[in-house]
Amino acid sequence: MFAEVEPVETCGAAEAVHQIMRKRKTSVRKGKTAVNREDDGCKPQGEWVAHVLRIRSAQDKPAFAELFRHFAPRVKAFLIKSGSTPSQAEECTQEVMATLWHKAHLFDPSRASVATWVYTIARNRRIDLLRKERRPEPEELTWGPEAEPDQVDIVALQQETAHLRKALKALPQAQRDLIEKAYFGDLSHREIAARTGLPLGTIKSRIRLALDRLRHAMK
Amino acid sequence: MSNEIKHHLTDELLMGYSAGTLPEAFNLMVATHLSLCDACRAQAESYDTLGGCMLQDVSETVDMADDALDATLALIAGGVAADAPTRPSCDVLPAPLRDYVGGSVSDIKWKPVGMGVKQAILPTSAAASARLLFIPAGAAVPDHGHKGMELTMVLQGAFSDAIDRFARGDVEIADEDLEHMPVADISADCICLAVTDAPLKFNSLIPRLLQPFLRI
Repeated sequence: MFAEVEPVETCGAAEAVHQIMRKRKTSVRKGKTAVNREDDGCKPQGEWVAHVLRIRSAQDKPAFAELFRHFAPRVKAFLIKSGSTPSQAEECTQEVMATLWHKAHLFDPSRASVATWVYTIARNRRIDLLRKERRPEPEELTWGPEAEPDQVDIVALQQETAHLRKALKALPQAQRDLIEKAYFGDLSHREIAARTGLPLGTIKSRIRLALDRLRHAMK
Repeated sequence: MSNEIKHHLTDELLMGYSAGTLPEAFNLMVATHLSLCDACRAQAESYDTLGGCMLQDVSETVDMADDALDATLALIAGGVAADAPTRPSCDVLPAPLRDYVGGSVSDIKWKPVGMGVKQAILPTSAAASARLLFIPAGAAVPDHGHKGMELTMVLQGAFSDAIDRFARGDVEIADEDLEHMPVADISADCICLAVTDAPLKFNSLIPRLLQPFLRI
């Protein structure tokens, strides 16, 4: 992937998008933050958070079944788009969903939405399965004395994620498709170019444009 | 600690780490840097958030088998594989590196490569290579260029080259345009993690002859 992509190309826009997220992080660390109370049509607690908490505290199977019905067909689609066979993807999705149950105690709603968390589990499993590689993960953060995340931080993070999702949905289809390919296709920019027939420069500028639009939408 | 880091990863690398498209050696570099750098960690997590949104709103879903939920509940009932044991902490190596070394800095199996410089190649997939470098205090790594992309992150001590000075957590990103001769600070031996997706090329004869043996 490296020989064909110049790191600077998409930096500016991506950097800008993520300053928003960085602010979020800083406020998490401080433990206090202003909450955006604007109604964006999402549950303030965040979609599916209560389900995971019920699995964690009460091994709640009906909650798990609902989560499963929502996420499993998405994870399976993700794995197939990334090059798994349907039967591999079926088996792997079941493992991902079982991991979600077993690791429910590690889920931190002040740092990730449930969809983000499921995505990271599925991505790591995909690297195991398709590439037969280890996936090095960063050292766990030590969060200091407070064991439970602050409710205010949970609301803030979940709302920001909802904003990002809304902005992403509002992107023109061509830009959404490219981001989806970059995430789900396990393709480098060059491979995307070969597949879509678009020149490399166009792809990079489209991804940059997409990230730029996201940044503006999140202001 | 993160306040002291001046040289960070690019957004391209952070997005690649989140999307899962980097070779294993580069994933190891990113995971190691994120262990020391809160700013890059927050950015990487925000790319994960983008991935989560794409998963939620994936353009088409694929139905699971009819018995999938029951099969998954059976998997759950079967219990969970034991997690890898947590290794004792180490002032030099963050957790992802301790896993690859199989212990702390004293467990690194160094091989001398000349002029006091030592290296230890880490077991990653062949798409790119990762190694630890030991540069004695005050010593220089021979003047060299790069064929592909090479990232070097300082774990202990510091080094300087024509670009800048690099200390713990700092990443130098070298490509074909950079020819440099890193020199370790005189105050301490320098230990770095270096990953590359192509062999290094040296500008003097002897290191060039050595290159096949060094596997770099």
